[in-house]
Amino acid sequence: MALSDKDRIFTNLYGLHGWQLDAARRRGHWDGTKGLIEKGRDWIIEEVKNSGLRGRGGAGFPTGLKWSFMPKQASDRPHYLVVNADESEPGTCKDRDILRHDPHTLVEGCLIAGVAMGAHAGYIYVRGEYYNEHLVLQAAIDEAYAAGLLGPNACGGGWDFDLYVHRGAGAYICGEETALIESLEGKKGMPRLKPPFPAAVGLYGCPSTVNNVETIAVVPTILRRGASWFAGFGRPKNSGTKIFCIQGHVNKPCNVEEEMSIPLRELIEKHAGGVRGGWDNLLAVIPGGSSTPMIPKAVCDDVLMDFDALREHKTGLGTAGVIVMDRSTDLIKAIARLSTFYKHESCGQCTPCREGMGWVKRMMDRMVEGRAEVDEIDVLEQVTRQIEGHTICALADGGVWPVQGLIRHFRPMMEERIAAYKAAKGSPAPTLPMAAE
Amino acid sequence: MTTPDTTIPFTQPDSFSFDAESNAAIETIVKRYPAGKQASAVIPLLYVVQRQMKRQTGSAWVPNKGMDAVAERLGMAPIRVYEVATFYFMFNMKPIGKYHLQVCGTTPCWLRGSDEVTRACKDAGHVAGFGQTSADGMFTMTEVECLGGCVNAPILCVDDDYYEDMDYESTVKLIEALRRGEQPAPGSVIGRQTSAPVGGPLTLTDVPGE
Repeated sequence: MALSDKDRIFTNLYGLHGWQLDAARRRGHWDGTKGLIEKGRDWIIEEVKNSGLRGRGGAGFPTGLKWSFMPKQASDRPHYLVVNADESEPGTCKDRDILRHDPHTLVEGCLIAGVAMGAHAGYIYVRGEYYNEHLVLQAAIDEAYAAGLLGPNACGGGWDFDLYVHRGAGAYICGEETALIESLEGKKGMPRLKPPFPAAVGLYGCPSTVNNVETIAVVPTILRRGASWFAGFGRPKNSGTKIFCIQGHVNKPCNVEEEMSIPLRELIEKHAGGVRGGWDNLLAVIPGGSSTPMIPKAVCDDVLMDFDALREHKTGLGTAGVIVMDRSTDLIKAIARLSTFYKHESCGQCTPCREGMGWVKRMMDRMVEGRAEVDEIDVLEQVTRQIEGHTICALADGGVWPVQGLIRHFRPMMEERIAAYKAAKGSPAPTLPMAAE
Repeated sequence: MTTPDTTIPFTQPDSFSFDAESNAAIETIVKRYPAGKQASAVIPLLYVVQRQMKRQTGSAWVPNKGMDAVAERLGMAPIRVYEVATFYFMFNMKPIGKYHLQVCGTTPCWLRGSDEVTRACKDAGHVAGFGQTSADGMFTMTEVECLGGCVNAPILCVDDDYYEDMDYESTVKLIEALRRGEQPAPGSVIGRQTSAPVGGPLTLTDVPGE
């Protein structure tokens, strides 16, 4: 049942082999790319649709469908492919391995995606901190140009395609696709209102599609091996293989490419050496990067790692960054630190986020101490509901979901903390309404 | 944006002009963007300024005149460059120490002991706290948000390089080596193969073509 090495796409995930073109070719990349390009745009999109591939950047939108939104007819406005390599969701470090160890999967994927969306140019937006990774990626692109795989008549397939690397400078918000576009245009990374969607008005006002690194990098292998091969992994509508990042209180944290819908427990025990102190020492797991609400051990016992199964438990697969927390964890503090993160990363454009993230952070800091009243947990929960869905982008949603998850599953822990504070120090002084910072 | 509160007194330089190395870099950078869209190069050019300052003064930061030089080169209003430079976290608007110790304190690193890395930076680097620079000007310590290397947590990023799987002792050792002028190899300090599990990969042991 488990995925075997011959069905892994990222065969150099750990950098055991060379990232260079010759090594990539030995591992089967850039094989028959010309033929894939010549099959044309409609065939590529249809195959990607049939493979069931859903975006690997967190939202899980069907990739083929997204590509089909690009205008069919060329106009005077060029089309752009934009690759989101601004990997910043806490708990996520999968794209880093693609960029530094298997960059040719991405470069080849960009060419094919460019053909599929009628784009002659692509930009890969790499987070600023990935300095060394961006050097490898650039070197891989240079190799591809030298070998005629990029540039005019790329790969001999009759399509001109240029590919550029652009480094960001440390802003989580630039992982939001329209903020990324703003940043790429040389502005502050502030998300745009949608509609219009990027497929209509994107980079430089032109039709654009923004895809995650992993999404693009799996496409060439899908086309070579067939949509049904990819669709054969995971449950229906949750197809494929996926890189999971398993971390926190496990014995052997690691990245691993596995089959979608693998049970969470199997994933942790088989690849990450199990939970520190054994499975019964597990307290909770954040299953898909910091924005996804945590699930308690009882759910972790048998939940499957895919979009739909996690959604049933009011959380999500997100980026598949699995953050494991054992019984020694101060869960309230773990979530409060995430609140600090979202406060720090809010772009400040929308009031509910700009003010709300700071308010939630300060409230969570008090919850860590227990310096609060029990009914303030309800106030906190209610405020998160008023923030959620009231901003241009999903940063604020991602900022309040972890808090909601904490309250949903571990409210008694918060109440105990408050009781302990009262027992030790008496009732906290009433807190005056806190002004914005 | 939080910029390090340096303990080094500083003044803004009176002028800034790109040196030959920077000009060569700029020439490559601006070619990536379509005609008339050169504002896209603002972040890359701010990096060019910061790197040139590092070369010339030993401290990687972006002075006001540097931002003006970027604005002039790209035909942008200076205010547009200022707002970009202050929006993004990686531009230092004040001088920093010779080495920039960037401790990731976000939950995945915190769960694996980032508080100990911070403590070691304070002890060995003689830095009072986040945003501070040691009296000898060697180290500035900044708390950064998730660096995206979570399976190798905790991470200490020194300038451009990630040091992974850190703890108190390895952080002290690293800082002492830096102080001696050594450049320890980046990556896992416990000898792991990048993001593979401790003890070696359990998958990808039979890769076709290799």
